[in-house]
Amino acid sequence: MNKYSLVPDVEAIEAWRAIRRDVSAGKTELLRQVAQSLRIDILEAIHEAHLGHVGGDFSVVDVLGCLYFGIARVDPSRPNWPERDRVILSKGHASVSLYATLARCGFFERSSLRWFAKPQSPLNGHPNHRKVPGVEANTGPLGHGLPFAVGAAIASQLEESARHVYVVLGDGELQEGSNWEAAMFAAHRGLDRLTAVVDRNRLQQGAGTETTNALEPLADKWRSFGWSVQEIPGHDHSQILAALRERHPGRPHCLIANTTKGKGVSFMEDRQAWHHRVPSSAEFATAMAELRS
Amino acid sequence: MTTTAPTEELFDCRTAFAEALSELAQENPRVIAVCNDSVGSSNLVGFAKAFPKRIVNVGIAEQDMVGVAAGLANAGFVPYVCGAAPFLTGRALEQIKVDIAYSAAHVVLCGMSPGVAYGELGPTHHALEDLSWLRAIADLNIATPADPDQTKAAVRWALQNDVPTYIRVPRTKVPSLGAAVGSPIAALELRQGHDIALLALGPMASAARSAADRLADQGVRARVVVFNSLRPLDSVAIARAALETRAIVTIEEGTTTGGFGAAVAQWCAENHPIPMRIIGAREQFAPTGSAEYLLAHFHLDPEGIATAALEIFNAVNHAPAPHSTPNDSSASSASTYGGDQR
Repeated sequence: MNKYSLVPDVEAIEAWRAIRRDVSAGKTELLRQVAQSLRIDILEAIHEAHLGHVGGDFSVVDVLGCLYFGIARVDPSRPNWPERDRVILSKGHASVSLYATLARCGFFERSSLRWFAKPQSPLNGHPNHRKVPGVEANTGPLGHGLPFAVGAAIASQLEESARHVYVVLGDGELQEGSNWEAAMFAAHRGLDRLTAVVDRNRLQQGAGTETTNALEPLADKWRSFGWSVQEIPGHDHSQILAALRERHPGRPHCLIANTTKGKGVSFMEDRQAWHHRVPSSAEFATAMAELRS
Repeated sequence: MTTTAPTEELFDCRTAFAEALSELAQENPRVIAVCNDSVGSSNLVGFAKAFPKRIVNVGIAEQDMVGVAAGLANAGFVPYVCGAAPFLTGRALEQIKVDIAYSAAHVVLCGMSPGVAYGELGPTHHALEDLSWLRAIADLNIATPADPDQTKAAVRWALQNDVPTYIRVPRTKVPSLGAAVGSPIAALELRQGHDIALLALGPMASAARSAADRLADQGVRARVVVFNSLRPLDSVAIARAALETRAIVTIEEGTTTGGFGAAVAQWCAENHPIPMRIIGAREQFAPTGSAEYLLAHFHLDPEGIATAALEIFNAVNHAPAPHSTPNDSSASSASTYGGDQR
């Protein structure tokens, strides 16, 4: 057996179930603690590996936390349950945020996160569904997640299933044309089982999205493609939850989550340099102190 | 020994493809077609009528088409993605690599009208590169049926094997080989011979067989083997050709850079070097011309194949024989090989 075997974490699954119950009962403040725990897990994994995309991990992690701890019908003890909702992280470079979230749900043990990017590890720099329980799609090259999600949503539509498909997109990746092929077709097919969340942190690897190849007016673009569109503050758990529950018959739904790259650590926030910079030991200590305060 | 073709009737393999796909859809509710505004050119009109809910036409959007297929496969469907070979494989190459092969998605990519089938429409519409760039991708089977029976067998094989597969579906009309279809991944010996081996990929079989007739007139006994799969590649058939004949000529409707001939050459170079000629489009785009004209332009007609074969045979015939197994009894009877080497 590979020394890096990912095994379900029964205790974590129980803890996840308890949080889901409480969140359903209205205790959304728990999601703030979840998100902070995830940020700590992410930073530790990146510090250990000397590799990662911390800025995008921190901007998207509140959305992922809300999806897995509040919305998506998944079962960490049965990752391949056929009727699960599909959650697809199209911005695959934020893999550590997904790994950390899946581990906190109990899909595998949290201690496995230290294996991130190690030789022969299942926790590759970009996620692989054949190696990591809970991962739906192999992503990394941008513009792949939305077409995949459209296919998954068509399958649900054809089978008249209750399965909903959530796809989390980076904002910079919307410069890839394949997204717009898929967006057009999703509306054409009336895919109301599909929700796309755009992690709108306004920064891509090289510079700001608006100075590189402007996305605005972004909401209008999605609307003109036939989607219902909602803009939300992307770190406000109550609003994220409510928006993820929105359904519009006959139309796919797009959430533009206005986020901050590097959210949660003062010296990383809204700084393009932290797209994939790895913190020094001193920066790591400072950041951990901030996250734990 | 000379074999004559069992029938001169010519077939468009897209017809057999569509028949096989409809049969499979009837048998298996998970079979679904995905296409890019190619219902007509992929011959799916009948399928669409019979199974209106099981055809997803994404419009002219190949990247989306392949991604959508991967998403359908995620839910347990087995999508047959149908599009003209140049656009399916060229435009959506990264989706094929990442969403299908690297993801091990059970998706069947059906490249219609490959090679120079689109003739005068020009190099934009030719698929001479598809075999090369798909062969560079790991974990992707590549089926190259030669006639209607092999096409049907490939369509069925791709469903039975839970492996991403590309099927190259010929548009250029071909005769039935009149041979029993064995394993879709085993090469088929159409004609025995020990002087030289003509290894033909898919629909090039017919021209190779005619070339062998011409060679026989000149006293050269050419073996003709048709390969209906590029991956898995029947290395037993290659080995026997290398061991039992004096030279190998490969024939493919594709570029000579990285395709079938390159695969055979790689096997021979690593295992049993032997003089070779690789016939195909040699690092050049096609000029204007019909499919028939272009096949002759690239020496993929009986005359071109026979000429190349004779040249290399004469060259090796004047040299000492590197191998001496023409009387090997194992070579005389079998007509199919059983190789399943990847």
